[in-house]
Amino acid sequence: MALRGNLRDFTVTQLLNLINLARKTGTLIVDGPSEQAQVSFREGKLAYARIGQEDNGLAAILHKANKLNANQYRAISERAGKMTDKELGLLLINAGYVTQEDILLNLQIYFADVMRRLFPWVEGLFRFENEILPPDDRINVKLDLENLIIEGSRQLREWEQLQDEIPSLDLALKFTDHPMTHVNLSVEEWRVVKYIDPKNTMKQIASAAKLNDMEIRRIIYGLIQAGLVEMMRPTTAPLQLNPKMFPTQDKQEQRTLINKLIGRIQRL
Amino acid sequence: MQTVKMVVTGPFSAGKTQFIQAVSEIEVVATERKVSSKVERVVKESTTVAMDFGRITVDEDLVLYLFGTPGQKRFDFMWEILSEGMLGFIVLVDSTRPETFREARSILETFRAYAPTPYVVAANKQDLTDAWELDDMRHALRLSGKTKILPCIATDKKQVKAVLLELLYSILEEMESNK
Repeated sequence: MALRGNLRDFTVTQLLNLINLARKTGTLIVDGPSEQAQVSFREGKLAYARIGQEDNGLAAILHKANKLNANQYRAISERAGKMTDKELGLLLINAGYVTQEDILLNLQIYFADVMRRLFPWVEGLFRFENEILPPDDRINVKLDLENLIIEGSRQLREWEQLQDEIPSLDLALKFTDHPMTHVNLSVEEWRVVKYIDPKNTMKQIASAAKLNDMEIRRIIYGLIQAGLVEMMRPTTAPLQLNPKMFPTQDKQEQRTLINKLIGRIQRL
Repeated sequence: MQTVKMVVTGPFSAGKTQFIQAVSEIEVVATERKVSSKVERVVKESTTVAMDFGRITVDEDLVLYLFGTPGQKRFDFMWEILSEGMLGFIVLVDSTRPETFREARSILETFRAYAPTPYVVAANKQDLTDAWELDDMRHALRLSGKTKILPCIATDKKQVKAVLLELLYSILEEMESNK
């Protein structure tokens, strides 16, 4: 029976737990809100991971980890051609640029980071393909999942708390009347702050600032706690009394109805 | 016969059923079940799992229905259904249980997102010595200065009437501002 479903019902952390317990081999494919992730496992251990179209070649990973400088990275990208990651790894070790430990450690760090970026995904279809094995031309790692599962569970708890605090992203934000003046904001917070306007919903801000649901909630929660902003209905959608509220659409009759209710409750 | 409805919402054990009972002319139709969680059972033995339902007849042509939402989060799928077509809503908060304020905030924001209708916040159990003061609750619940927060004792008909009237006044104010 295929392992497939929706992240709404089965979280990434729960999937990792299942893969770990069943010592599964294959590839988990998740179609997220804007990109696809592919994570491969061997006997319940993380072997390889890729998210979207991100360059996850060995040279790119070592360059990001400052193990290769910009010139070395450029030279490899130009000359390595169709060389596989395994061949490139051997070349780099033999040339004395990196050690085998450097390569494995940085691949593990990168793949674990891909998993961390998957934890906030709460929407999307997933399927586990037993037949799709980790790619042969890439260097595979053998990373235990236990620590990632614990980390994912923590994030899940945080996500639940943030959802309690900010249940809907359809509301807008405005600066409070007396915001604190000496607040140090991070780059991410500035990205959100610059879009704060009673006309913009939090959903729109998230989209403009390229933040996922968890990231935008985390930043806004911090801004609210700092007394900088407060939630409000977007001014582009002013308080419109829903026509379904009243059995009549005539404004005068609606007012009469409310006055009747007031009179009746006063007499109770 | 014309019918209109108001929704009474709030965290678990805030006093919603009592609030409706205080003014309903019929015995409140409450769908209660034994509380399953040990922690919640310490607070009370049974809870509303679907809704409370009360009625106030205005005249032969007009009836006001009061719906109480289930307080426990696992029944929140009912909230959107109950909020459909409401005149406005009342968020009832137990002033003596600050541990429920966060949930009250969450419920308030959820209902605000469902329906842009007027609402008031009623601070229940204000007669108890350990009740938080309204100003402190306003800050804890992060209510803006414009949001009405009213003292309340859900078993006291006079106070429940005052809360309902304030909501109706808010609706009238909205109607005037939308002219």
